[in-house]
Amino acid sequence: MALLEVAGLEAQYGWTKVLHGLSFAVDVGGITTILGANGAGKTTTLRAVCGMVKTAGEVRFDGHRIAGRATEDIVRLGIAHVPEGRGTFMQLTVEENLRLGAYARASRGTLAGDLRRVFEYFPVLGDRQRQIAGSLSGGEQQMLAVARALMLRPRLLLLDEPSLGLAPLVVREIFRIVRTINREERVGVLLVEQNAAMALDLADHAYLLETGRVVMSGPAETLRKDDAIRRSYLGY
Amino acid sequence: MDIFVQQVVSGLATGGIYGSLALALVMIYQATDVVNYAQGEMAMFSTYLAWTLINAGLPYWVAFAATLAIAFVGGLAIERVVIRPVENAPVLTIVIVCIGLLVILNSVAGWVYSYIQKPFPSPFPEKPIRIGNVFFGAHDLGALGVTLVVLLSLYVFFRYTTLGLAMRAAAQNPVSSRLCGIRVGWMLAVGWGLAALVGAVAGMMVAPVVFLDPNMMGGILIYAFASATLGGFTSPGGAVLGGLIVGVIENLVGTYVRFIGTELKLTVALAVILVVLIVKPSGLFGRAAVHRV
Ligand SMILES: Nc1ncnc2c1ncn2[C@@H]1O[C@H](COP(=O)(O)OP(=O)(O)OP(=O)(O)O)[C@@H](O)[C@H]1O
Ligand SMILES: [Mg+2]
Repeated sequence: MALLEVAGLEAQYGWTKVLHGLSFAVDVGGITTILGANGAGKTTTLRAVCGMVKTAGEVRFDGHRIAGRATEDIVRLGIAHVPEGRGTFMQLTVEENLRLGAYARASRGTLAGDLRRVFEYFPVLGDRQRQIAGSLSGGEQQMLAVARALMLRPRLLLLDEPSLGLAPLVVREIFRIVRTINREERVGVLLVEQNAAMALDLADHAYLLETGRVVMSGPAETLRKDDAIRRSYLGY
Repeated sequence: MDIFVQQVVSGLATGGIYGSLALALVMIYQATDVVNYAQGEMAMFSTYLAWTLINAGLPYWVAFAATLAIAFVGGLAIERVVIRPVENAPVLTIVIVCIGLLVILNSVAGWVYSYIQKPFPSPFPEKPIRIGNVFFGAHDLGALGVTLVVLLSLYVFFRYTTLGLAMRAAAQNPVSSRLCGIRVGWMLAVGWGLAALVGAVAGMMVAPVVFLDPNMMGGILIYAFASATLGGFTSPGGAVLGGLIVGVIENLVGTYVRFIGTELKLTVALAVILVVLIVKPSGLFGRAAVHRV
């Protein structure tokens, strides 16, 4: 069964249309990745799912239509978005950033427990709890962005290039955590990545985007073996 | 020495009022990048409402509390009704809307209550209070106390409550805030409400001194601008401290520098600020704005 189901999705900035009828899905407890070159429309796709750009088409979450609803309301349904550029609240402390991640959650009672949980995933953040987030390194801020999203206890996690600018070791760590969350808490994941090799490794379904259209899709396994993909995106 | 202490305390009392209004300006400026030129008139209008309630026979503190509630709702409503439609307009448009608001509030107050000055009661005794060998004006001490209580409550609200945190987040990074599920528009409205509330306190505390009339906040708003600039428009605490400093300097200069007297003290206060700004353009406590090139 699909957790997120998108059909004929279009999006535009001003007068410029950048998505031309995308269809894709994320299964319950599944991981879907969207690959594509710079400017293909990956970020816009994630923005469209949570109502941050003008869109047309069908977006269903858990069977309910969410297209056209306000971002704040979509988040409340349990969709957490780790945006491009991380979206850190630079002048707030690490802990305050995390508390904001839990803002839209129905039950606030377990805040302390959730903080402990994300600090288990990201011990660095635990050490820097009272530090101003703007003083974290890039990699630490990326961890904070993922941790902030987890504080929502989401059912669907949207990740926009979590590997950007991170050391390979840190990337592997973040991917490992995403997989753990996906397996143990059955959180669906929609992952946008430039690092196609790692993304295809993690995902069960993959879509290839070119200038706002899906040009190829299928099980991640299949795309990984495809010659064209190998040459253009995997580089071997 | 006694005169010195007296003048400092009375400077702190007026300074607290400048600081409160400066804080109101900074709160809105940080959230929306807009200087609310109507802040003073909103305070004046609230004070007239308090006057009406007191004249209707309500006990002072009941009227005081009711005025705070009305001011909060009024500020919130002004944001929703007047500011929201021009939210994404160029800053100049919003400034003009604020100035329009200033003129409207001023004329409506003049029309309803007339431009004749009215006395406004102080909740504190007329008899000076003696501490050690020095006598202090009871209203000065009381106003300072009320101001400090209000400022401290605001600090606790912003620092320790979830709503306060959400408001700070919305002011800093609206896009990320939406992704956290924060209703940014409402946070801005609540900010306007709180700013109006703080302004109302300033109005009610200053009215017994300057008397109530539709133009009573004009001069005070200039001091508030000076305070906010001195403290740094990006620092709420700085704005309050800036207000206290301006209040004290103004009083001491007026008292001790004979040829300046009361007529020139505003000029001197502004000159001091000018010097600070030349040395540190972002204000005493402000962060320098960083612009990408
Ligand atoms: N705010 C915006 N206003 C106007 N056009 C935009 C805006 N954001 C993106 N675009 C355009 O939309 C298209 C898709 O951009 P998008 O950011 O979705 O690409 P992307 O696949 O995420 O690229 P990258 O891998 O570089 O992050 C691009 O042509 C881009 O120029
Ligand atoms: Mg992108």
